[in-house]
Amino acid sequence: MELTDTEIIKKVLAGEQVMFAQLVQRYQQYVFTLVLRFTDNREDAEEISQDVFVKAYRSLADFRGDAKFSTWLYTIVRTSCITFLRKKRLNISSLDNERTNLQVENKESGFTANTIEQKSKHAMVNAAIRMLSPDDTQILTLFYKAEQTLDEIGRVMGLDPNTIKVKLHRARNRLKVKMEKHFSYAVRELYES
Amino acid sequence: MQNAPELYTFNANRMNTEVSMEDRLWDYIDGLSSPAEKSTVEALMTANVEWQGKYKELLNVHQLMTGTDLDAPSMRFTRNVMDEIARYQVAPATKTYINKKIIRGISGFFLCVIAGLLVYVFGQVKWSSSGSSSLKLPSVDLGPLDKFDTGKFFTSLPVTLFMLIAVVLGLVLLDMYLQQKKKEQVS
Repeated sequence: MELTDTEIIKKVLAGEQVMFAQLVQRYQQYVFTLVLRFTDNREDAEEISQDVFVKAYRSLADFRGDAKFSTWLYTIVRTSCITFLRKKRLNISSLDNERTNLQVENKESGFTANTIEQKSKHAMVNAAIRMLSPDDTQILTLFYKAEQTLDEIGRVMGLDPNTIKVKLHRARNRLKVKMEKHFSYAVRELYES
Repeated sequence: MQNAPELYTFNANRMNTEVSMEDRLWDYIDGLSSPAEKSTVEALMTANVEWQGKYKELLNVHQLMTGTDLDAPSMRFTRNVMDEIARYQVAPATKTYINKKIIRGISGFFLCVIAGLLVYVFGQVKWSSSGSSSLKLPSVDLGPLDKFDTGKFFTSLPVTLFMLIAVVLGLVLLDMYLQQKKKEQVS
């Protein structure tokens, strides 16, 4: 029978360091996906993800269990990514920030309708998500991929759940607009199916 | 033909309706609607083609989002993490190395300073009134303490600054305490 996160944590705290590998295997893809949405570079994402797990291990005794382990872990992901971006002097303070929009616009220029239309629907969605700002992609990833509730996302991002709800609606709308703008052919096909 | 303000109002109303429709449909899709709202949305979708079309459109986005794959790190990722953490130990919980006695001692010190300051300030107030009241406040004979000139200590700049800092720190401490209480209540 598969051990729960709490059971694994208890074992690790009792000195069974090897058990931590199970948590790494369980959450590495979620963590890596989230980090990749921030960095857009696999090498950096891998380095940050590794750092996230090391930090989580070192402060495991601080995990009180009043939230899910994944929620606690994603909080570390967010702070690590923000630190990384600060070091790189990227401005991620606001979604409506002019510079962020500029970065997003620059990202868009790399895609042409023809090349993307040949790709699968999932690749299309992933490409559209990458065009969004870090906050938008994080909310969408946490909600759809990491199966976090609005309350949990609120904890991770340090915001009120109602604010998260509004931000989620906006992020989805922006995603829809991006898909319609850049992958119009595939989207039309999708709506007609 | 519609004039500009009418056209603007018409477009604004239409946009608001569309936003409200989308929000309600997203809540319905996410399972966040109340049972009453759920049946209202379902009735609207059955009766209204526009709602039906929008629902289908949003549901497609939702299904695409839930169907996307996660990105995977390199095959050696777990091994790398385990190699890295082998050099470390789990740090003791923050709570265990923050000694509450020290925090209480510091708090007590500042509270005493604040209390002393308040006593001094109130001691400086002249309670006697120039009015016609014949009420006399009782006076306490402090003996040799009455001859003690507090003025020469409390009028100097460093003492005043120290008092001010103590008051500010005391307020910060009180704010931290109240915030902690609030957080505990929320959680």
